[in-house]
Amino acid sequence: MTLLQVSGLSVSYPGASKPAVNELGLTVNDGESVGIVGESGSGKTQTALAVMGLLPANAEVSGSVRLHGEELLGASLARLNQLRPQKIAMVFQDPMAALNPYLTIGEQLKRILIAHRIALGKNAKQRSLAMLRQVGLPDPERQYCAYSHQLSGGMRQRALIASALIAEPDLLIADEPTTALDVTIQAQILSLLQELRQASNTALLLITHDLGVIAENCERTLVLDNGCLLEAGTTRQIFVSPAHAGSKALIAAASGLDNAAAVAPLSAGALPLLEVDDVSVSFRERRRGGGKELHAVLPVSFSVRPGETMAIVGESGSGKTTLVRAVLGLLTKKTGSIGLLGMALPDALRKRSNETRRQMQMVFQDPVASLDPAMRVGSIIAEPIGVHEPGGTAAHRRRRVDEILDRVGLDPELKARFPHELSGGQAQRVAIARALVMQPKVLICDEAVAALDGTVRRDILDLLLAEQRRSSLSLIIITHDLAVVRQMSHRVLVMYLGRVCELASNDRLFRQPRHPYTRALLDSVPVPDPTAARKPRAVSGEAASILRPPPGCVFHPRCSHAVERCSKDTPLLDETAAGKVACHRAAELDLS
Amino acid sequence: MSALAAVARLSGQLRGSRLVLVCAGMLLAMTVVALLGPVLSPHSYLATDLDRRLLAPTLSNGQLFGTDDLGRDLFVRTMMGAQVTLLVAVVASIVSLVIGVLYGAIAGFIGGKLDAVMMRAVDVLYALPFIFLVILLMVVFERSFFLIFVAIGAINWLDMARIVRGQTLSLREREFVDAARLIGVSSFGIIFRHITPNLLGLVVVYMTLTIPQAILMESFLSFLGLGIQEPQTSLGALVNRGVGQMEQAPWVLLIPAGLLAIVLLCFNFLGDGLRDLADPRDKAQ
Repeated sequence: MTLLQVSGLSVSYPGASKPAVNELGLTVNDGESVGIVGESGSGKTQTALAVMGLLPANAEVSGSVRLHGEELLGASLARLNQLRPQKIAMVFQDPMAALNPYLTIGEQLKRILIAHRIALGKNAKQRSLAMLRQVGLPDPERQYCAYSHQLSGGMRQRALIASALIAEPDLLIADEPTTALDVTIQAQILSLLQELRQASNTALLLITHDLGVIAENCERTLVLDNGCLLEAGTTRQIFVSPAHAGSKALIAAASGLDNAAAVAPLSAGALPLLEVDDVSVSFRERRRGGGKELHAVLPVSFSVRPGETMAIVGESGSGKTTLVRAVLGLLTKKTGSIGLLGMALPDALRKRSNETRRQMQMVFQDPVASLDPAMRVGSIIAEPIGVHEPGGTAAHRRRRVDEILDRVGLDPELKARFPHELSGGQAQRVAIARALVMQPKVLICDEAVAALDGTVRRDILDLLLAEQRRSSLSLIIITHDLAVVRQMSHRVLVMYLGRVCELASNDRLFRQPRHPYTRALLDSVPVPDPTAARKPRAVSGEAASILRPPPGCVFHPRCSHAVERCSKDTPLLDETAAGKVACHRAAELDLS
Repeated sequence: MSALAAVARLSGQLRGSRLVLVCAGMLLAMTVVALLGPVLSPHSYLATDLDRRLLAPTLSNGQLFGTDDLGRDLFVRTMMGAQVTLLVAVVASIVSLVIGVLYGAIAGFIGGKLDAVMMRAVDVLYALPFIFLVILLMVVFERSFFLIFVAIGAINWLDMARIVRGQTLSLREREFVDAARLIGVSSFGIIFRHITPNLLGLVVVYMTLTIPQAILMESFLSFLGLGIQEPQTSLGALVNRGVGQMEQAPWVLLIPAGLLAIVLLCFNFLGDGLRDLADPRDKAQ
């Protein structure tokens, strides 16, 4: 039976040149899971908000949204408030923003039940607790009394799902429910959504930019672009034989882990360019009387050769960003040494000469935040030229800026723009241009494409590869996205809670991982192929706090291969010809 | 070239913002009249004429605003007062701008011990009772016009320094500052090229609060007899004097009070409009 029927839905804003959603039609049947996929600005979220009746007041909406045949557009607020948690509910991208910071998790659930007279008093508490248990929150009695800031990101998203499902809606709309989460947690949340949905026959409208998530979770899919529907059909049909050129491009840009590396092979015998030897970083808790020492990164060693790409992978809190910030001199390391071209570098950035600073540059995650908002693109790119060639004339600087803009594929007219007037992709190109104009030997990219859409991400990665081929630039890529790692890197360093788990060549790591955590990461990546066999749930639980790392192997509480020894002895990093691995059972386990 | 282009662009934007233009125009006109009025008027701000006390405004003999209780021409006196008030506004804002912004930006950006020492110094200055400070200054030094500026300036930059420091603390953690450090820009280069321009929006907003505050503070000091001394005057002092004649000759109060209100409003609207222009992110398409 048809549950939700949207037809001719248009959403536009005064002053905008084109509508945010244009004549969109879609249906969701009882118990079905439908995916909406598209890049940012394609109108996915606007569609969801229109269905929920949550559009801002200045939005102009037309068309029809019918739930069980009842028109929702133009329905009174009182009626919508009745329908909203009981018939239709929503899970938002950012659970921190969606949960009320002043109420405990339990109180928020209870209030829904009481407001809708589903359950009262003790009964409401019982049902709320049962719901928390159902969404797999560990220790639900405690989380019932916790505030949202006391939970981890994954637990918050579970709590939000609980609050959406507690009134047993017929339709659940999930808007990028896992985008802010780590890959292993994403896998857990998605399988939780599937389990709950099947148990209660709730229909799911899943909105995401990630085709892997769609392929694994949706029966039917709609592809949106610029507010228009490109294509709709069963997920299998859209992935196997996309009819529209736009959806074809989208699917082509989403690559799984099967695509082999696109990097040029390294010439053998090249001397290391950058040598990181036993570098560790620790912070001291700010507390009276010194406080506890917090080991963000335990001694890590690796080296990078000219033209090589080293990928550093790990979940949030694994210390990957801290490590490269120490290498760059933005943080003070605790132990170890950093050598560039055979020369040891001083710790603090200000003690490094301009010449050595020039050699190592960084591209940041948020392209707009890494550009000075008060400067124009032209002066942003010209600034390093002024610093490193102080004698140069203005004409010389201008010529260099034009040259580099051309190299990174930007229109010279953008020179007059401010960073906020650029798209994400353009801003990241400007950031890359600013780094490349100094002709660095090492370029560190900290989640440089994480904030970008599929096709734009592809272009930026291609740009980096082209630069590498051109000037044998060494890249260090920090990412949580294993598809990027697969395509871009020669070698991969896997980190967990500040420790190195595994260091191996790209091929080896993806074909024959030796650390259970590496295996778990690989299994957690959603595969953009609906025909692929469903993988078992990769790993349970969440990473421990870096303040209280578990004894022994830090991964053992989540590891399905753990034995008694793992909780006692800390595994050493074992070096073989194939790479390094820190696991007691590396020799006996076959994880390939 | 770029400076010229920036001026051209800014004036283009200014043309778009009518409120800013109107307020700036009014302040400018007021300044010109305040400067020229006393010179052109046949009357002197000093000359008393006890036969012509509390005359209503009239066009006949050029006494546009009438006379006060000592028979002095109120137009000339109001213009003299406006000169002083505008001067206080300008000097106080320049003092708080230059000292406050630099002090706050340096403390916030360098951080650590220097920050602690610099901000404790601000705390100590804050803790001094303002009136006590003024009386102390008056006692130690000769009472003069200049001392009022010193006193008001000494208080005004403290707030600015605190606010700028707070903003700098958050700015220096931003990624574009890290990027500048990696490029090799020196600390002072970062403060001047990256931190200060990004403080502009905040500073402009805060200035619009500081200027009226300084004007009011001057009026307050004059009221207590610590500020401008007769026969010199300011808008605040005129208002104070006008209160005495409120019932017989309301214009003696209303004219300087109205002018003071217009000046304060103009500064407030100007600040509002300038903030929108200073922040490139808020610009309308």
